[in-house]
Order: sequence, then C-alpha cells, then structure tokens
Amino acid sequence: MIMTLKDVPLGSSAKVVKVNAKGPMRRRIMDMGLTKGSTVFVRKVAPLGDPLEICVRGYELSLRKSEAEVIEVE
Amino acid sequence: MSITVALAGNPNSGKTTLFNRLTGSSQKVGNWPGVTIDRKEGEIKELGATVVDLPGIYSLSPYSPEEIVSRDYLLYDDPDVVVNIVDATNMERNLYLTTQILDMGIPTVIALNMMDEVEKQGSKIDIEELSRILGCKVVGISALKGDGMDELIETLKSVPEKPKPIRLAKASENTIGKISKVLEGDVSEDKLRWFAVKVLEKDELAIERIGDLWNDVTGFIEELEEADDDESDSIVASERYDAIGEIVSKVLVSNKVPGELTVSDKIDKIVTSKWLGLPIFAGVMFVVYYISITTIGGWGTDWVNDVFFAEMVIPGVESYLESIDVAPLLVAFVVDGLLAGVGAVLGFLPQMAVLFLLLVILEDTGYMARIAFIMDRVFRRFGLSGKSFIPLLIGTGCGVPGIMASRTIESERDRKITAMTTTFVPCSAKLPIIALIAGAWFDKSALVALASYFIGILAVLISGIILKKWPSLTGTPSEFIMELPPYRTPGPVAVVKSALEKVWSFVKKAGTFIMLACGIIWFLSAFDWSLTLVDDINDSILANLGNAVTWIFVPLGWGTEWQFTVGTITGLLAKENVIGTFGVLFGYADIAETGEDIWGIISSMVTPVAGFSFLVFNLLCAPCFAAIGAMRRELGSWKATGAAVLYQTMLAYAVSMIIYQIGVLAIYGTFGLWTVISFITVAVMAYILISKDPFGQYRKRATEVAI
Repeated sequence: MIMTLKDVPLGSSAKVVKVNAKGPMRRRIMDMGLTKGSTVFVRKVAPLGDPLEICVRGYELSLRKSEAEVIEVE
Repeated sequence: MSITVALAGNPNSGKTTLFNRLTGSSQKVGNWPGVTIDRKEGEIKELGATVVDLPGIYSLSPYSPEEIVSRDYLLYDDPDVVVNIVDATNMERNLYLTTQILDMGIPTVIALNMMDEVEKQGSKIDIEELSRILGCKVVGISALKGDGMDELIETLKSVPEKPKPIRLAKASENTIGKISKVLEGDVSEDKLRWFAVKVLEKDELAIERIGDLWNDVTGFIEELEEADDDESDSIVASERYDAIGEIVSKVLVSNKVPGELTVSDKIDKIVTSKWLGLPIFAGVMFVVYYISITTIGGWGTDWVNDVFFAEMVIPGVESYLESIDVAPLLVAFVVDGLLAGVGAVLGFLPQMAVLFLLLVILEDTGYMARIAFIMDRVFRRFGLSGKSFIPLLIGTGCGVPGIMASRTIESERDRKITAMTTTFVPCSAKLPIIALIAGAWFDKSALVALASYFIGILAVLISGIILKKWPSLTGTPSEFIMELPPYRTPGPVAVVKSALEKVWSFVKKAGTFIMLACGIIWFLSAFDWSLTLVDDINDSILANLGNAVTWIFVPLGWGTEWQFTVGTITGLLAKENVIGTFGVLFGYADIAETGEDIWGIISSMVTPVAGFSFLVFNLLCAPCFAAIGAMRRELGSWKATGAAVLYQTMLAYAVSMIIYQIGVLAIYGTFGLWTVISFITVAVMAYILISKDPFGQYRKRATEVAI
C-alpha cells in the first residue's frame, strides 16, 4: 500500500520516496525541499481541517492535503 | 563606474529591508514588461551603482512570472554582480536558489542576513569556510539592524570573480558535461552550465531555447535516469539539496535542539491552534478594521472630507479665484469638477494609510501567512485561496484599499480574480444606498442589509468559480504550497516606508484618472447641449443621456424612471452620490444621508421588487472611479480593467434582472419575454458554473482579452 504525506499522523515524521505530480506543482514541491530522501515532520493541521503544516529542511511549510497526497513517503 | 547589481533572494529573507538600506530614498518603482509585478530600482550612492531588486523567489523555475522575470533578467540583461541574500536562520532552503544563481556564472556576493538572530540563537556560522566552498565572497549582515552594510558595499567596490558552481553527484556531472558539449556554440560560454543543468532538469523554457539540440541530449538524460532509477528533475533537486546539506554541516554549528519548539512554534501553538485559531483571527481582523476604517482612519477621512476640503480648501480656492476675477464658469469647473475629484482621491488617503500600515505590520510579522493558512479551506472550494480573504474584508470598509490589498497574493491569477471581485462586497459608501432602499420600501428592515452582504459574498464566490474557467486566467493552477515564516518584529522605518509607498503609488496611478472622470461628470451635469450652464440638473446633458439610455434598465424594473438611471451613473463617481443625485433630481438639494426625504416619492415610482433590483445592480455593478483606478493598477492594462468592469456590470445586470423578473412572477404573476430571458440566463450561469470548460469554444477570443 502506498503511503502519502497526507496519511502521516500528526506529530510524526516520514521520509519522502517519490513525488507523483507533474509540471509546476512537481517543480514547486521539489524546489521547496521535498525531495527524494528528505525527512518531513507533520506538525499540525489548520483549524478548519486543511491545510497541513509540516517541518522540512528546518523551516515550516504549509500545503493542502490534496497536495500532500501526491508525495509518497515511508 | 556605473555597475548594475541584481538583488536576488527568497521571500521573507529580508531582501526589501536590505534594498532599502542600500538605496535609501533613491528608489523608483516601475513594472516588469508584460506582467503586473513591481520592478524596484535604486542607487547605491557610495558606489554610483544601480540596484535592481528582483522579485522574491525560491527557485528559477520556468513557471511563475516572478521566476521567469528573474531568470530572464539574469540571463539576458547582463548585470555586473548578483547580491544573493540568504537567510542565515534558514540556510538549507535559501541556498537552493544560490546553487542555481551560481550556475549562471555571474559574479556573485552572498549577503548572509539575520546574523543577529543566529547570534541570539547561540549558533555559529563559519563565514570564511562558506566563502571558500562557494567560491565567492560571503558577508554576514543584519539588514534590520544595519550591521555589515559597510562591509557589503566595500565588497562591491571591486567586481568579484566569477563563482564556482556547486557540483552535483558524479554521474549527474558526467551527464551535464555531455549535454554541455552539445550545447557549446549555441549558448554563450558563461551560461553553458546553467542551460545544461536546466536541460537536464527538463526545464521547458531551456528546452525551447535549445530547439533541435534537445534531440541530441535526450539519450544522455535517459541513461542517467535509468542508472539512478529516478526522474532527472528529481535527481537534480535531491542532489542540489544533498550538496547543500553537506556544506551546511561544515559551516554551521547549530545551537538548536532538534524537536525543541522555537518561539515562533510556541506562538503558533496558540495562534493556529484548533480552538483559539479562529477567534484570534476574528479578533485581529476586527482590530484592523476598527482602527483603519472606523476610528483613526475614519476620523482622518472624515476630517479630510468635512474639514480640510469642505471648510478649508474649497472655500479657500473659491475665494482666491473669485478675488482674482476668474470667470465664474472656470471657478465652478475647478471647484465642483476638479477639486471634487481631488477630494475624492484624498478623502481615501487617511483610511488607506492606516490600513496599509496595519497590513504591512501583519505581513512583516508573519501573521499574514497564518491568515491564509487558516482561511484557505473556505476559499479553496471556490477556486481561490486563503489570501483572498483580506482584500474582501477590507473591501467592506472601502474597495480601494481592498483591491490594493490583493497585492499580497502571490499567484497572479488569484490576485487578479480577487482584485476584480473585491468590490462585490458592499463598501461603506454603499451603505446609504442600502438604507435608502430599506427605508423606502422595506420598512427599514435590517434584512435588506443582510441580504446585500450575502449577495455580495455570493457574487465573489461564484465569480471565483466562473473566472477561473476563463482561458487567460486558467494558466497556473491554484496551489497553496506556502512558507510559514518565523514571526519577526519588523523595523518601524521599513514598515512606515512600505505603507507610504503603497499609498503614493495609488495616488499617482488612480488619482489622475479619477480627477479626469470627475471633471467630465461635472461638465455633463452642469451644461446642456448648447453648452450653456443649466440651473436645473434635469436639463443637463447628463439628464438627457440618462433619459436616452434608461430603457436599457427596463427589464430590471426601474428603467422606466430615468432618475434611477442617472443616479446609477453618478454612482460611478462615488457610490454615495446616488443619494445626493436623487436629492438634486427630486428637488431636495440638502437630502438626508439615508434619503429619508424622498422615500415616499421613489416608493411610489416603482415596486419594491424593482427597488431591490436597483439596489443589487448598484451593489454589484462597476465600482466607483477610484476603485476602477485601483483595479487598473492591479490588472495592469486598461483593456483588462475594461473587461473586468464589463464582467461586473454584466453580472450585476443579469442578477438584477433575474431578481426582478422572477420576483414579479412570484409576487404578481407577471410573465413576459423578459421572464423567459431570465430563466435562460439562470440556465446559462448554471452551465458555466458546473461545466468544466464552458469557454472552450471561445478560447481564442478569450485569450485576446487576456486579463
């Protein structure tokens, strides 16, 4: 079963395996540091349930669950 | 020795502060050609050097206008030096851009900013070692505090040598070498590596640039992808970050305990928490609104309008002109026409200034990002993002600063859609109209006001859906990957400067247009066709024109009465004018603010449904000239502004017509041609909302009317 960033429970970490997106979104995701092998920490979710706040490469990044879904992790 | 310095760096890295420090008051703001992004240029007096401030970017991808503008500048405009500002507290991600800049082979100086925060943290950075590894000078600075500025300027006195690029893994460098050989001769030598790496990344613009040579290199790329079992863009990105990781581990001795919450994190624990997040947000918004529109800003605006203009400027100018025997007509033109226009512009300034001050504070402290974070879920449904919320909120006070607040939205598409829809939400100038309608037909019911705000918000959300499907706006997908920068205390000077800058740019751009428009309307209302002054506005050109076009609004229920049409037209000047115009037209020059005096008159002229339709039309149609001017500023061209205004007016017409026709059908059973047309319109709107690509057939024409 493929696990994505969206499935990572709040408060835990995961390692990026693959970015399943194309075009501008793929570029953006990788540019912001979510590359193969990078560790991310899922800090919290916004009050209304979306987006997520994660910690990657030492800074805080927010992204929608629909965007987190394209990032395969382990 | 006029060298050109390009200033590049991530958003939130303190670039603006550095730019201000380097260039002081010599800044000029212009536009990058073809896009609505500000281009700031200034001069470093000590060097006689020109600094071009590139937009804040995370990378040099081929997608966003900010990145494209930056890469084109660096590739083709030949700056002599690049000053790359890097946030020392966030080195890994910041250096990602650096690796790409270094690939370009332009002499580079790295300004390592926020060194004061590094010190406070207790961490240490070996600047010399970093300089050695990167092959270019690194200067530690704190733009906020002003540290290191002299050293930075000193470094720029002698143009540095070309930097060494940061090498990726062996296999990749191998492939880059092979690609470079193919590209040799087609691109200039300095930029060879840049293009080779970008081609390896399968960068669209780079591929376009090398044309047929692409076929000669695909083989090499496929080889690498097979060997590494990954796609080439992912390989390059990972290896860039790997290389950066190594560099950082060599030069940074961090005092941060992994897992320990920073001050920012602790603040966010409360500010974006599940239970307190929304209430705190509501509180902050209320305070901003209260200070800028109701209290301080409001007092300022009232003072400018009621005291400064009404009691000082206008009588002053009037008596001066009369004292030097200027023809009464000219006096009237200057006072009632031009000055009214100037007054319209200046009246906004206090509210705008205060509002912008508060917004800049929200942005620079980092809270603005949290607002977008919290509100995103609501807006996402309608094709926008959380950042669209703020302009709308401000728009309830005044649409002009509201539209301008859409500046903070990074996505050009979202920014434009937000700018176009901000005025749907009733601004404070529309409140008298609401009061007029509520009083004349609906027994002063508060439901009228409620319905107005509701319809306004609905119009915004629906427009978000509709406009996203307009071909020239579909381009970049609405994404929400956004940095949450650490909370910082902004420098007061920078804040005030930034706020004033925004206000001034509005005055310059929108101001002239507004004055002109006001002058024209004055002229039309003061003269008749034989160009003699009229005593009774009913005889003026304006009234005539109103009469002539009023038939257009007959399907809306109120076109039968030309005064309503004229009222709507003068509403373009300022929405409050609707009341004033009715006053003049019906003989109540000194009409009450809510129009009480004429409630009886107008309620006998048209039905309540028509009255409500009139209200809706005025709420949604083209905003006042000041707001149109502000839209022009954000949309970038008159063509686009015209299209936006057309959209707003058409939407207003459609909605008002539907309300009227279906209203009279429901209440009086009246059925006619226009009832049918209304149902058809509803169907068309529903289609546009639901269908995936409703404008597909019109794609070609639509992209010509690119907004």
